[in-house]
Amino acid sequence: MTSTPFDTVAAKGRAQSSTRVRTTDMKAVGEPNLWAFGGALAFGCVMILGFLLLVFWNGVTTFWPKPLIVVTQADGARVAGEPFRAEAFRPGPEVLATLDPATRKVIADDGGLASRSLYRIGNYDIYNEDFRWVSDFSVTDTATPSGMMFIERLEWGPFIGRIQGVTIDDQERPALVGDRAGLAAAHDAARARWRQIRHIERNLIGDINHRLESERLAVRRIAIRQGEGTPEHTAALQRFAETEKVLQAEYAKLAADAQALKAEDARTRITLAEIGGAEKTINLSSVVRMYPANDLDLMGKLAVYASRWWEFVSDEPREANTEGGVLPAIFGTFVMTLLLVVVVAPFGVITALYLREYAKQGRLVAIVRISVNNLAGVPSIVYGVFGLGFFAYVLGGSIDGLFFPERLPNPTFGTGGILWASLTLALLTVPVVIVATEEALAAVPRSMREGSLACGASKWQTIRNIVLPRAMPGIMTGVILAMARGAGEVAPLMLVGVVKLAPELPLDGYFPFFHLERSFMHLGFHIFDVGFQSRNSEAGKPMVFVTTLLLIGLIFIMNISAIVIRNRLKRKFAGSQF
Amino acid sequence: MVALAADDVRPNETVYHIKRGPEGTALAIEDFRLWYGSSQALHSVNMTVERGLVTALIGPSGCGKSTLLRSLNRMNDLIDGLRTEGKVVFEGTDIYDKRVDVIALRKRMGMVFQKPNPFPMSIFENVIYPLRVDGVRDRKILEETVERALKGSALWDEVKDRLHQSALGMSGGQQQRLCIARAIAADPEVLLMDEPCSALDPIATAKIEELIDELSGRYTIIIVTHNMQQAARVSDNTAFMYLGRLIEYGETEAIFTNPKLAQTRDYVTGRFG
Repeated sequence: MTSTPFDTVAAKGRAQSSTRVRTTDMKAVGEPNLWAFGGALAFGCVMILGFLLLVFWNGVTTFWPKPLIVVTQADGARVAGEPFRAEAFRPGPEVLATLDPATRKVIADDGGLASRSLYRIGNYDIYNEDFRWVSDFSVTDTATPSGMMFIERLEWGPFIGRIQGVTIDDQERPALVGDRAGLAAAHDAARARWRQIRHIERNLIGDINHRLESERLAVRRIAIRQGEGTPEHTAALQRFAETEKVLQAEYAKLAADAQALKAEDARTRITLAEIGGAEKTINLSSVVRMYPANDLDLMGKLAVYASRWWEFVSDEPREANTEGGVLPAIFGTFVMTLLLVVVVAPFGVITALYLREYAKQGRLVAIVRISVNNLAGVPSIVYGVFGLGFFAYVLGGSIDGLFFPERLPNPTFGTGGILWASLTLALLTVPVVIVATEEALAAVPRSMREGSLACGASKWQTIRNIVLPRAMPGIMTGVILAMARGAGEVAPLMLVGVVKLAPELPLDGYFPFFHLERSFMHLGFHIFDVGFQSRNSEAGKPMVFVTTLLLIGLIFIMNISAIVIRNRLKRKFAGSQF
Repeated sequence: MVALAADDVRPNETVYHIKRGPEGTALAIEDFRLWYGSSQALHSVNMTVERGLVTALIGPSGCGKSTLLRSLNRMNDLIDGLRTEGKVVFEGTDIYDKRVDVIALRKRMGMVFQKPNPFPMSIFENVIYPLRVDGVRDRKILEETVERALKGSALWDEVKDRLHQSALGMSGGQQQRLCIARAIAADPEVLLMDEPCSALDPIATAKIEELIDELSGRYTIIIVTHNMQQAARVSDNTAFMYLGRLIEYGETEAIFTNPKLAQTRDYVTGRFG
């Protein structure tokens, strides 16, 4: 009962005259429904919050340096590593047979279950595994000894162990083993040299390759236009031979420089020993980051944490994407989404304008409208197939034949690329914009249009001056929805231009600077790739969370900016009384 | 209470006793009929509108007075399935002729609507909107027009200091006078008013009525109203419509004091409607 029956109040002190109960029962008030509505909302909120918290917590803690634990087992074997997770398991009879009766009894009492922990032990080049399970009953001692180093390398993943020796310029420097500051300085110098080598190999030699390629293409173009063997072609060939000679000389010089630097680099080495005593000597420059995990104070941990985040958002991936940064993926996602908006907004708005304002409302328009709405329900992978077949092969193939014949058979636009990916996603999201725009146009009060028309404005002037500005906030909402949908889409992109590793960004210093034909990296695909396509999915798992956090963050920032723009428009155009 | 079936009134039974204006006829409506889809909303309306006078259209709801008004600047063109027959002659041309430029026609016939509909722009921009769509950019002309139109609609003194503030911050009555200013900024010959005071309070209504009084003579005004006192106060001629037919069209004073038809008397005295 939700309220006191009126009769009970009114009839106090006198006889009840009527048998009819004048009250509001629960069904009429709809209280159960209210609980159901509120419950549904709460359930949804809890799910979303839980999801966000999971992603946030895992993403935020991944880069925090963890202690390195040395575990001594009953058989004397020692394991050193970061504790990763623990679980209950059922030891087999052959394992149980080796245990002492007391332990066996404990396990039997527990229903045959024992617990074990997973340690990230690194040293893949020595152990051939990154992770190892340790059964808790076999542990005799755990310790976090000082001096244990966590060393991130360019190759083979992290090394966990101790520094045995440091060689600088072929001279052993045992003093540096314990001298953290001195070692850090030597490490910085080695890394600077390594970056210089990379600069020469990638930028300078890459530049020469680029010039050589464009010269070669120029000759090909002349051969195609003028024909082979013509005087122009011969002259071009001759010019090419000269240029090639010059460039080859430059290349030889740069290659020699790089070689010399590499030789110098190889004389600075670090010798590491894992917990079992096996040693490994590597170039100091191939160490990305090293820290004594058990000796760090809070500031030291924070420094490692910050440096890892910075590497993550500002560097390229390495080790099959499981380490390093995701800058190309951030950039690819951002540029693709921007292109998508640039395409989808005008296209969707123009379509909706015609449908709503100009087309004669009839059966045909109704069919078109239903079809547009249904387009939103087509699986996105189908759009990917269409994008590949139509945009890349048909459109791109024609563009290649017309404008880049000299590059054939290598496709330029005739394969997946950021332009085709954006167009595919634009097609995928255009129904959202059309529907939102139509709604927004329909919501513009008739009195506004009539006022404008009565002033002698033409239909187009009315739409341009009155209707579109009024509908703009609604249109923006549609574009925001489309953007959010597009930025989170992965399946179609796998067909039309997203790759595991794109060596070249869509934006660089070579004319025409913005390379729409290039394939690119995408955070969504990166998540799929790291989580499910890498050598070791266990090692990739934390990266999945970090990348997800980053993707959600990126979409959040883009949406917020769009919403801010929309609200500004709303304040400008919408009155309070219509 | 007199119940009238639609068939009781034939078009040729319209009774005319209008006051002639000094400048002759502005508009001539000749055998004008209109259909929304298959239902006929206007049955053979014949009337002339005198130049420089105020003509009121009265009648119960649904009698077609708004439809008739909106036919005069072809605002009804926006409605799907609308069909007309007959003529509306303005300046010697039938405005329903295929060759007529509707936009040019509307520039000569300003219109004020039932609800104030200022655009979400500044007061200044609202008033010069008709000039903007004509592509007028000369600042001096625009400013002169704003002053003339706002003075014409008796709004100048109230808003001259906040011309560049949003028009949506004004009161309803001010907004309606702004809409009148916007209509007269285009320098029309005819002003069509579709129940301009129905959304306003009595004081704002009085101001608008005063304004109509001032504007008469300069413009030919046709006003649709539900308020019979208003029609009696502001208009020179009054047309009484009923069920899509023009019943009686005559001098306002006569319509309200001594109508020729019993039906008109019943309506204006409030016995039905």
